[in-house]
Amino acid sequence: MKVTKEDIANVAVLSRLSVSEAEADKYMGQMDKILTYMDNLSQLDTESVKPTTYALPMQNVFREDVVRESLDREAALANAPLREDGYFKVPKVLEG
Amino acid sequence: MKYETVIGLEIHCELKTKTKIFCGCETGFGAEHNTHVCPVCLGLPGVLPTVNKRVVEFAIKAGLATNCEINQYCKFDRKNYYYPDLPKNWQTSQYDLPIAEHGWVDIDVEGEKKRIRLTRIHMEEDAGKLVHSGTNIKDSASSNVDYNRTGVPLLEIVSEPDMSSALEARTYMEKIKAIMEYIDVSNCRMEEGNLRADVNVSLRPAGSTELGTRTEMKNINSFKSLEDAINYEIERQTEVLEDGGEIIQETRTWDPERGITLSMRSKENAHDYRYMPEPDLPPIVTSPETIEKFRSELPELPDARRARLEKDFGLSDYDAGIITSSRAMAEYYDAVVATGADAKLAANWMMGDLLKNLNAEAIDISKSPVEAERLGEMIRLIEKGTISSKIGKKVFAEMWTCPDAPAKIVEDKGLVQITDTGAIEAIVDQVIADNPKPVEQYKAGKKKAIGALVGQVMKQSKGKANPQMVNELLAKKLDS
Ligand SMILES: [Zn+2]
Repeated sequence: MKVTKEDIANVAVLSRLSVSEAEADKYMGQMDKILTYMDNLSQLDTESVKPTTYALPMQNVFREDVVRESLDREAALANAPLREDGYFKVPKVLEG
Repeated sequence: MKYETVIGLEIHCELKTKTKIFCGCETGFGAEHNTHVCPVCLGLPGVLPTVNKRVVEFAIKAGLATNCEINQYCKFDRKNYYYPDLPKNWQTSQYDLPIAEHGWVDIDVEGEKKRIRLTRIHMEEDAGKLVHSGTNIKDSASSNVDYNRTGVPLLEIVSEPDMSSALEARTYMEKIKAIMEYIDVSNCRMEEGNLRADVNVSLRPAGSTELGTRTEMKNINSFKSLEDAINYEIERQTEVLEDGGEIIQETRTWDPERGITLSMRSKENAHDYRYMPEPDLPPIVTSPETIEKFRSELPELPDARRARLEKDFGLSDYDAGIITSSRAMAEYYDAVVATGADAKLAANWMMGDLLKNLNAEAIDISKSPVEAERLGEMIRLIEKGTISSKIGKKVFAEMWTCPDAPAKIVEDKGLVQITDTGAIEAIVDQVIADNPKPVEQYKAGKKKAIGALVGQVMKQSKGKANPQMVNELLAKKLDS
């Protein structure tokens, strides 16, 4: 096993997920399987293969620097759980 | 123990495009909050960002102007973190293949030239603005978010840790500002947050080559704060080390009111950004021809302009350095010279009365009450002998508060130089008669005594007599 309980806890914190003890055990096994599979792939000799940075045969997709109409503020705020004076209202984020 | 300071800067420079980096929303400053937003910059599901062509052009030009190598193949990546000013929960940035790398700029600090290396320049999007409802960031119970700035294009210009004092850091940032203004890719208005720096400071025993533990201060948006924050950190870290303590690697905030930095403790491991290639944005491939085309469009840069002013007009290195240190200053100078004013006199007047007045009243040269054209006209009045330089100072002071043309001021105030030989002669005769002592000294061989007599004649004429004529007439009369 390469994936530890601490790994699961760390990933959960970074992803803002709460994971119970039982779930942690389950995910530990699943993630381990995924990583083992990746390990199999990494046994391939890729010495002469260029790293892939983009999966599709496309490049240089640009738009001109031309203004387009923005959303109406009411529409922009329509799905906000909380709002105040035309702002999106959020809980405070810094620790004191 | 003696310590030396190691400083590196990450400068964020807002580009002056009309629209955001990945959508057509306007970038203008000061709009009503949450009115320059759309599904793309709000990070709504299912949207497809598209790169603003101008951003790439500006980034390449910035790279070329700072002696970087341009990467012909570059791509965007997602930098993942959760913060309410970032609606997508990742910032679209560049990780391992930025647009430009390995550059440098030269700075002058107290007469010494120093080369500061640039690690890289990459393109990224700005975040939104948090408006805290409490008295300060720590007292707020909640925050309000304005997403107008989300997606505004930024360049992040990363230096190597090559600076060793607050003054060097400031000079470096001023140089970057000047270059970005010269090549016209950013307004660089610091009060609007167009240009801000994250600064890393660490100490190490003098002579050591190993880097000490550093602290970082984010979003410094004035040159004064930059210097003050660095100097405070140097002092703070020196104290910690001298007391046998250890520097903790952390982000600190600079409080300009109290003049101190404060630790910003945060629970999560903020540095695990889990970068991944941005699947919604195809890579950017730039041909050598395109890069050369952009290079050919670059204007004369500060260093070249400085060398030209020295060579063409014989300005001192110091004067030329100050005059070319900002685009507005260099353009003001050019406009003065364009009126036909003598180039060296133009520099003297700028370095003297103009800058003195601007500094005293903290006015930017672009808003100078004495415009370049009027200063040029005034200098030409001096050159033509209509007024002396001394009277020029009076005229300049008058122009500072009054929009009249210098010629009109000279006429209205009766400041025209007296070049009528007869009129000057009369005063000269009177002064010789009234001042037997210096006359005697002069005749006894103490030629310097003539100065006192010249001074008297100038005083009697209220500064209007042509000094050269006064000198000649006095010498002629005394020597005869
Ligand atoms: Zn938008």
